[in-house]
Amino acid sequence: MADIYLDNNATTQCDPKVVEAMLPFFLEQFGNPSSIHSFGAGVGRALGKARKQIQALLGAAHDSEIILTSCGTESDNTAILSALKCFPNRKEIITTTVEHPAVLALCAQLEKEGYTIHRLGVDSKGRLDLEEYKRLLTPNVAIVSVMWANNETGTLFPVEEMAEMAHAVGVQFHTDAVQAVGKVPINLKNSKIDMLSVSGHKLHAPKGIGVLYLKRGARFRPLFRGGHQERGRRAGTENAASVVGLGKACELALEHIEFENTQVKVLRDRLEQGILAQVPNCFVTGDPDNRLPNTANIAFEYIEGEGILMLLNKEGIAASSGSACTSGSLEPSHVMRAMDIPYTAAHGTIRFSLSRYNTQVEVDKVIAAVPPIVAELRRLSPYWGENGPVTEPEKAFAPVYA
Amino acid sequence: MWDYSDKVKEHFFQPRNVGALPGANGIGDVGSISCGDALRLSIIVNEDTDVIEDAKFQTFGCGSAIASSSALTEIIKGMKVEEALKVTNDDIADFLDGLPPEKMHCSVMGREALQAAIANFKGEAWADDHEEGALVCKCFAVDEKLIEGLVRNHNLRTVQEVTNYTKAGGGCCACHEGIEEILMRVMEERGEIFNADSVPEIVEPEPLPLAAKGGMTTVQRIRRIEAVIESIRPNLRMDGGDAELVEVDGNTIYIKMTGACSSCGMASMTIGGIQQRLMEELGEFIKVVPAEKLAQPPRKVAHG
Repeated sequence: MADIYLDNNATTQCDPKVVEAMLPFFLEQFGNPSSIHSFGAGVGRALGKARKQIQALLGAAHDSEIILTSCGTESDNTAILSALKCFPNRKEIITTTVEHPAVLALCAQLEKEGYTIHRLGVDSKGRLDLEEYKRLLTPNVAIVSVMWANNETGTLFPVEEMAEMAHAVGVQFHTDAVQAVGKVPINLKNSKIDMLSVSGHKLHAPKGIGVLYLKRGARFRPLFRGGHQERGRRAGTENAASVVGLGKACELALEHIEFENTQVKVLRDRLEQGILAQVPNCFVTGDPDNRLPNTANIAFEYIEGEGILMLLNKEGIAASSGSACTSGSLEPSHVMRAMDIPYTAAHGTIRFSLSRYNTQVEVDKVIAAVPPIVAELRRLSPYWGENGPVTEPEKAFAPVYA
Repeated sequence: MWDYSDKVKEHFFQPRNVGALPGANGIGDVGSISCGDALRLSIIVNEDTDVIEDAKFQTFGCGSAIASSSALTEIIKGMKVEEALKVTNDDIADFLDGLPPEKMHCSVMGREALQAAIANFKGEAWADDHEEGALVCKCFAVDEKLIEGLVRNHNLRTVQEVTNYTKAGGGCCACHEGIEEILMRVMEERGEIFNADSVPEIVEPEPLPLAAKGGMTTVQRIRRIEAVIESIRPNLRMDGGDAELVEVDGNTIYIKMTGACSSCGMASMTIGGIQQRLMEELGEFIKVVPAEKLAQPPRKVAHG
């Protein structure tokens, strides 16, 4: 069991107040919110309150713009497939090379089915070229789907500006904001964003609950058809306890958003600078000047991420990696490849993602733990000599095949 | 995180024989930094006795790559060169009490480094004979390149045929979409169109009546085990092999692999696949063990 949890972009601990808010909805208030009797009515009121809490965090104009779903992935799939149904003659989609698989894998499948997918590339700091985006924005595009914040590097995309540009040519704009909500101030009523995905478990609510924000007036077709829940836009009995939990989590996130951008950011910077000062041959990936306050992604050259994670785990520290081996694929993370991070570093990227529960004591422990772990793995590496990387690593190591 | 055995973790956390080896007369480098795995094996062979007197490794790679390298050096130290050439990737995986299917390539890399180091010692050139693709079937550890090659060379047209030739898709069936995509692509190359409607249903072994709630009688259980083996037998025979039930001892099921299967490099994967199917069919946790282990005392492991 890890003692120091720095993997909050993967998932977060439920806030105890969230759990407390949820508990009555298992044993006492178990009714179906659609029922007329008193068992259901109370639940219906609780869902209404949660919807308001979610609306407040997103800065949405109306609570009816909040569609409850099961997760971020469902919200992403719903948004993109809805646009394709609404605009059957538009066969193009614009997205980026660094999206979450919830968008990328769906787009890859749609490509097989005949759609044209434009994937905007990024520069070495993970930034988009808006000129390229502008060129691709035509009335042939059914939807643009661009993440607000990257899950691996925390790099922020200018989605509000991109939504304006899409709106100007009459194209729907969706953003996967699962990493941004609760960490970046969001005010949807003043934006042209048509759809936005939220995932509960990224902001201290439970797993299995998500939101699709749908701007009033934006054309929409449901993914699930059935009952009248969510005004027929997402059928299926509401996950009442989790919705209540998400509402509470949104209220708490709104209270803590300044804390995230001050205290948590200070801890993140302390961690990052502490590691960079002590470990040779490592660097921060993504755009350090424009990213989430909680995320630090550091590439350690000439070693492989899974080994680092296993040794960190032994020290009671939980983080994650963009290395190929942690996912079972042969390629390192698509985000690192998109930024053209060299293979010598891409396999050794480690993401530390903090939350409001982390402390300076924890951060200092991690700063102390990382240097010996990196040194130990470099001792094993054929690319590392006595005091640094071997000169011309690709030549010094002469494989019979590659 | 991967479900690594304690042995893998032990060899990762305390790797044996790390570093360069001064005076090495055989060096094998395999892999590359772009693949995420690179292994250098250095050995000292006594030229008079042909015995590998020392072995050390340097590895860039994940936990199981480092553990496989460490295990390899432990296995080959003290072996004669000819003996060492017979070490398979399964020997390395077995030494570590198994590897997850996605990580079997780490043990393959170990074997290749060994072959390369011995070739280097003998002054021979060594050429790698396999190309590795993305893993498609996790139950039987079959990669894309292997399936593609067989679909091309044998004019395969259905998922069932691919399963018959490679076992891929014969377990949990989650990779059928992936296999169909390979079929579509390769068939298009030769001007054919994949017909999704031609995919036959998977033939399940005849379900046997369950005894009273709580499980089966011993006889029913053995019949069920034999039915499962019977259902996969055509696949094994396709590869020139066979399997036979030898003994059932509580949760341990001893199966004898015969013919091509007994020496096939994939034998342990096949056994893993049979185990998976049996667990699904019997609805209980069982372990499939090669029948040879029934007679043998536990293997002695040298810790040098």
